[in-house]
Amino acid sequence: MELDFKNTPKIDQVGLVERADRFKTRSIKKEAKIQGLKLALNMIDLTTLEGKDTEGKVKQLCYKGMHPDDSLDIPTVAAICVYPNYVAIAKKALGTSGVKVASVATAFPSGNSNLKVKLEDTRIAVDAGADEIDMVISRGKFHQGEYQFVFDEIATIKEACGKSRLKVILETGELGTADNVRRASDIAIWAGADFIKTSTGKISPAATMPVTLLMLEAIKDHYLKTGKMVGMKPAGGISDSKTALQFLGMLRETLGNEWMTNEWFRFGASRLTNDILLQLKKQETGFYQSGDYFSKD
Amino acid sequence: MAKENAFSLKFDTDWKYAPAPESTDHVEIKAKYDLFIGGKFVKPNSKKYFKSINPATEEVVCEIAEANEKDVHDAAKAARKAFPAWSKIGGKERGKYIYRIARLIQERAREFSVIESIDGGKPIRESRDIDIPLAAAHFFYYAGWADKLEYAFPNRKVEPLGVAGQIIPWNFPLLMAAWKIAPALACGNCVVLKPAETTSVTAMKLAELIRDAGLPDGVVNIVTGAGKTGAAIVNHKDVNKVAFTGSTEVGKMIQKTIAGTGKKTTLELGGKAANIIFEDAPIDQAVEGVINGIFFNQGHVCCAGSRLFVQESVKDEVIQKLKIRLETLIVGDPMDKNTDIGAINSKEQLKTITDYIKIGEKEGFEKFQANVAIPKKGYYCAPTLFLDVAQSSRLAQEEIFGPVLAIQSFRTVDEAIEKANNTPYGLSAGIWTDKGSKAFNMAAQLKAGVIWANTFNKFDPTSPFGGFKESGFGREGGMHGLEAYLKVY
Repeated sequence: MELDFKNTPKIDQVGLVERADRFKTRSIKKEAKIQGLKLALNMIDLTTLEGKDTEGKVKQLCYKGMHPDDSLDIPTVAAICVYPNYVAIAKKALGTSGVKVASVATAFPSGNSNLKVKLEDTRIAVDAGADEIDMVISRGKFHQGEYQFVFDEIATIKEACGKSRLKVILETGELGTADNVRRASDIAIWAGADFIKTSTGKISPAATMPVTLLMLEAIKDHYLKTGKMVGMKPAGGISDSKTALQFLGMLRETLGNEWMTNEWFRFGASRLTNDILLQLKKQETGFYQSGDYFSKD
Repeated sequence: MAKENAFSLKFDTDWKYAPAPESTDHVEIKAKYDLFIGGKFVKPNSKKYFKSINPATEEVVCEIAEANEKDVHDAAKAARKAFPAWSKIGGKERGKYIYRIARLIQERAREFSVIESIDGGKPIRESRDIDIPLAAAHFFYYAGWADKLEYAFPNRKVEPLGVAGQIIPWNFPLLMAAWKIAPALACGNCVVLKPAETTSVTAMKLAELIRDAGLPDGVVNIVTGAGKTGAAIVNHKDVNKVAFTGSTEVGKMIQKTIAGTGKKTTLELGGKAANIIFEDAPIDQAVEGVINGIFFNQGHVCCAGSRLFVQESVKDEVIQKLKIRLETLIVGDPMDKNTDIGAINSKEQLKTITDYIKIGEKEGFEKFQANVAIPKKGYYCAPTLFLDVAQSSRLAQEEIFGPVLAIQSFRTVDEAIEKANNTPYGLSAGIWTDKGSKAFNMAAQLKAGVIWANTFNKFDPTSPFGGFKESGFGREGGMHGLEAYLKVY
C-alpha cells in the first residue's frame, strides 16, 4: 500500500460537529445506563501525571483502581497511568488484580527531545513493567510537514515497546484542524499504534466528541481496508457520566460491538471515576449521596 | 478503485439502548375537532367527520370535521369580513399578534411535538428539535417584517392581497402551516387554511392557540377535509391568492382552475433532488448528509435527496459506508427518543412506496435493506438503497416520497450536471466537494431552487425556499416570501 500523508481523507468540520452532536440526543436510561456506566468504569485509565506525584499518591490511586467502591458490585478500572519513574511502584501495588500499568513516555507532554532520549524513556518504562506506553508525537515536526519523521519516530518507539501496547497521543488541541487530526491519526495507525489517543490532558481543547468521532472514523477506515483493529482513547476533559455514556453511544454506532471493551477503548480521566460511582450509587439507592461518601484520591 | 471486502462491523451490540419513550400524558387531544371559522369552533355543515389515524399504532387518534363548500364559503366570508380592519390595524400591531403566536408555540412546544409525532408518525426527535422550533422561528421572523414592509421594497408601495387560501401537505403539518400563515399575516392578509386530511390535529391545536393569542375573529380560519375541501377553497370567489404545497399533479390542476381569475398563486410541488458526491468530498460527512437527505422524516420531504450521484472513483467506498450506516439507524416507535426513522404517514403512502420498491426489483436493480428490526404493527418501511440505477429507470425519474434512495454514478463534472438536471423537477440539490470553486460552478449550473454544499436539508426562516420547473414557483421564507402576499406597485 502506498502511503501519502499529504493526501489524507478530507474532513468537513461543520458536518463532523453536527454528526457528533446527534449522539448527545441519544437517551440512555435505566438498565442501559447502569450497564453503560459499569462498562465506562472498566474502560478508565485512572491517571496521575503531576509534578508533585509521590509513591504515596501512586499507591493510593492503585488501590482506588482495584477497589473503586467496595459497597457496589462493579469492575475495576482498566489501567493506572503514571510517569515512568512510578511504573515499578504501580506494578507492585496492582499485583495480580488484572489492572494494567500504563506509562507516559517520549518526553511527555511536549515531546520536545531527541529520539535517543525518547527511546531511553520508553525502555525505562517497559523494563519497569509497563503494560502500555502512552507516547506523544512530535507536533513541531508535524506542523513543519515532516510527516515521514513523525511516522518513523512512532515506528521506532513501537519497536522499543516490545510486547507492551503503544498508545499514540496526537495532542489534537495543538493540531489546529480536523484535516490535521485525520492526517496524524493515519500516520500513527500506519506506523503501528495499538491505540490512538487525543490528548495529554495538559492542553485544551482535549477529548471533544467531534475529534474523537473523526479518530474513530480513521480507525474504521483502516479496519475496513486491512482488517486490523486499532484502539481509541479520548483523554482529558471527560469528567461526568453523561458525557462518558454519550461517548460510548458514539463508539457503539461508529465501530460496533468489537470495540466495546477496554481492550479497544479507554477513557483517560481522573475525575470521571467518582462521578460514575455517584451515579451508580444513585441507581442503586434512588438518592444522590454527598461527595464525601466517595474517596478523593 | 478499492473493492469492498469482507471486513465488517457488528452493530448488534451487547450494550443496547433501553426504550426511552417520550411521555404523552401531558397532552390533551379531543375526541372530535370542529372547524375554526370566525374565531369560533363550529360544527361542519356536512355533519361529517373522518378519522385521523396514528400510523405507528393504526389506532384512531380523533375525529376531524369534513368541511364542504358551504363551510369553506363561511370561512372565506369570515376572512373577507375581518380583512378591512386587519389590513388597516398597522404593521406594528400585526407584529405583536404574530410574536404572541410564536411565543405561545415555544411555550407549548413539548405538547405540539408529541401530537405531531402521534398524528403523523415522525420521530419525536425531529418534531422536538426541528418541526416545532422552526415553526416558532417562522412566526418570529415574519413578526419582525410586519412593520418593515416598506423597507423590504424600497421606493415602492405595497398592499395586502386580501384573503389567502392555503393548502398544506402532511409531511410537516405545523411547520407548513407556519410557513403559510406567518408571511400572510405579516403582510396584512386574512387566511383560510386547510391542513392535509391525515394530519389535521396540530393545525386544530394551532387554531386553539391562535384563539388564545386573541387574534381578531376571522383573521385565521382553519377548515379540515380532503381534496374536495381544497378545491372549494381554490374556487371560492373571495379568495385572492392560492398558496399550495403538495403534489405536482394537484398543482397543475390548481393552475388550470384559476387561469383567468386574477388570483395570485405560489406552488411548492414535488422534487427528485440530486445529491452529488465528488471524489474530493469529505466522504464520512457526505455519507451522513446522504442519510439525512433521504431518511429525514421517512423521506417524506419534497426536497429529499432521493437521487445520489457518486463519482465512480469513490463509488465503492461510499456505498460500503452507506450500507454500514444503514445498520445503525433505529427504525420504530416515533415516540421513542432514540428513533431515527418513524412510521410512514399513512397506509396509502406505504403502498405507494412499496409499489416503487417492487418496480425497482422488477427493473432488476440491486436492492439493499439493512437488517434492522421493524415493528409488526403500524406502517413502516425499512430504509432502502437501490444500486447502479439507470437514468431511464422509474426509480430515478419519479418522486417516491419515502425512504428509498436511487444510487447512480458519474465520471465527469459535466456528466453530473447533465444527469442531475435531467428531470422535470428542480427543487433542491446537494454538492459534496472539498473544493470551493467546484461547488460554486456546480451551484450556478444546477437547475434547482435550493442548493446545499457539503450539507443537506437545512432550513431557516431567513432563507427563501421554492422550485424551478415542475417543482413549482414563488418563494417562501426570507424577504422573498413577503412578495407572494403583497401587491407591489
